[in-house]
Amino acid sequence: MSIFVNKQTRLIVQGFTGSQGTFHATQSINYGTNVVGGVTPGKGGSKHLDRPVFDTVAAAVQDTGANATVIFVPPPFAADAIMEAAEAGIRLIVAITEGIPVRDMIAARQFLEGRDCVLIGPNCPGIITPEECRIGIMPGHIHKRGHVGVVSRSGTLTYEAVGQLTALGIGQSTCIGIGGDPIIGTTHLDAIKFFNADPDTHAIVMIGEIGGNNEEIAAAYIKDHVTKPVVGFIAGQTAPPGRRMGHAGAIIAGGSGKASDKMAAMTAAGITVCSTPAEIGQKVKERLSN
Amino acid sequence: MKIHEYQGKAILARFGVPVPKGKVAFTVDEAEAAAKELGGFVVVKAQIHAGGRGKGGGVKVTKSVADAVEASKKILGMQLITHQTGPQGQRVRRLLVEEALPIEKEFYLGITLDRAKGKNVFMASSEGGMEIEVVAEHSPEKILKETIEPGVGLQPFQARNLAFGIGLPAGSINAAVKAMMALAKAYEESDASLAEINPFILLKDGRVMALDAKINIDDNALYRHPEYADLRDLDEEDPLEVEASKFQLNYIKLDGNIACMVNGAGLAMGTMDIIKWAGGEPANFLDVGGGANEEQIKNAFRILLSDSAVKAVLINIFGGILRCDVLATGVVNAARELGIGLPVVIRMEGTNVEEGKRIIRESGFNFQVADGMKDAAEKVVRAAQ
Repeated sequence: MSIFVNKQTRLIVQGFTGSQGTFHATQSINYGTNVVGGVTPGKGGSKHLDRPVFDTVAAAVQDTGANATVIFVPPPFAADAIMEAAEAGIRLIVAITEGIPVRDMIAARQFLEGRDCVLIGPNCPGIITPEECRIGIMPGHIHKRGHVGVVSRSGTLTYEAVGQLTALGIGQSTCIGIGGDPIIGTTHLDAIKFFNADPDTHAIVMIGEIGGNNEEIAAAYIKDHVTKPVVGFIAGQTAPPGRRMGHAGAIIAGGSGKASDKMAAMTAAGITVCSTPAEIGQKVKERLSN
Repeated sequence: MKIHEYQGKAILARFGVPVPKGKVAFTVDEAEAAAKELGGFVVVKAQIHAGGRGKGGGVKVTKSVADAVEASKKILGMQLITHQTGPQGQRVRRLLVEEALPIEKEFYLGITLDRAKGKNVFMASSEGGMEIEVVAEHSPEKILKETIEPGVGLQPFQARNLAFGIGLPAGSINAAVKAMMALAKAYEESDASLAEINPFILLKDGRVMALDAKINIDDNALYRHPEYADLRDLDEEDPLEVEASKFQLNYIKLDGNIACMVNGAGLAMGTMDIIKWAGGEPANFLDVGGGANEEQIKNAFRILLSDSAVKAVLINIFGGILRCDVLATGVVNAARELGIGLPVVIRMEGTNVEEGKRIIRESGFNFQVADGMKDAAEKVVRAAQ
């Protein structure tokens, strides 16, 4: 098993014919993902990568039975693309786009309220269930099928953790990059709940970074509800306050969002907190063998 | 994007928030003219992006035009040191000369994003003039909050709750509510990520006014605000950071001596953390992004090396989209072109890593290739000593 995506996932690509959409759709197809088509307004009726192109998400859903979408639409149009997918009944929306204005995301999140769909991202690497389904921009080949669930706000730091796990022979059930923006869909807490309920996930890696209090909220839940081993890391222990560290959401503001607070909350919840990203794989191995 | 107080006040005024009469001055002559126009009883305020200007000596109340000229001479050109500027301070290049007003009481108004809710929150406090972080820590009950519902906006009843709640007198409530509604509108329509009025003042005559204005604009939304493009003040930014932004490189200068070049924000922070853990101090944060090309790598290298404090360089790349061979070629070409004399430690993992390592080995440069992040951090800390 896995969470959110598997062999049954039928994926469309919004921004299908653009350079990013084309490149990553190709990678996903090569990985074995069931890409059933794509959407580029104005190019409906044509074919791209041997798959049908539609003008609207609604048309794509009607014709292909798609249940997931990945969004490569440029920032000014990305929130609109998210809402279009939700309205068309897509159950899983993965928004890769970086740089969406916060005001647009406030509206999009409000629009999604009460609808039966899950948003991952934006500004995220996507989600992968190894050897089944790759949605996003991560390098597929570093992953290995197995039983560790990975959830992270960062892209390459997730690859770092996954690379270490795979090198140690430890596979992953599902890896989710939830994104580096201040407003995101799926949070650490949401992902942890799903991993906890998934019988095929035996341990969880939770990677956070400075800014917000997403990690503290997840830690409080883990303390009370999760018995699976959890290994964590927080990036930005050396980041100065008041500066945005690359990700729009990675900022210590008004005294909150500090790495030290997050690490303390996680430690108090029984999470094994790594002091450097170099030891994530090893700590998982230790927790699994105990 | 941060902007100056006087620019923030101009935005607020445009939306109907009352602000004192005032003028920006770039020279003492301009300050003198402004002081004359305002009648001599004025406040001369240093315009830098950092807060805490009053305590640092950047704000002076004057009683005559001659006094105002004296104050302007002192403040203009000074290195103003506040708790937000760092020990080197920030040079003052602009002044705001404003009418001095008889203040009855100071309050705080602010709007920012509540990340957990995904909605903006309007805050008000009776503890004006103090740093709101301090109030939040010591007496959080003194900060009142109203959530701004998306699509609906701040409602007058919410503004009334806040205005009465912070103890404004009955005769000033309507004016305060009007100012709050205007502030919310300014925030929303400007795509602000922060708007603070601290202090928001009640005057002796019952009027209310924004005595200060701190407005940050969401960088991602600047494309739809061409009217704000001119508000960016490059003098307030680190020159290396400005240079890096020209090449879409995410660079932040820090105080250490180990430069680092990394792909991805999370891994870049993690790299800084492990340098510190190994006993070193990072000189910067640098995220070259997921799809960096050779040209960007070269410029990144040039910018890292132009920080004279740097003693060694760590390159940490987890190749996904950015292939290790592309990175290696970029690094080698940059080294040839720029003539790098400092020790360089390279750690690569991921797509095409073997080819990347071969390019580094055969380059003829004395680069150290590290095995894993821990090894890389230890090697670069040794090299910097």
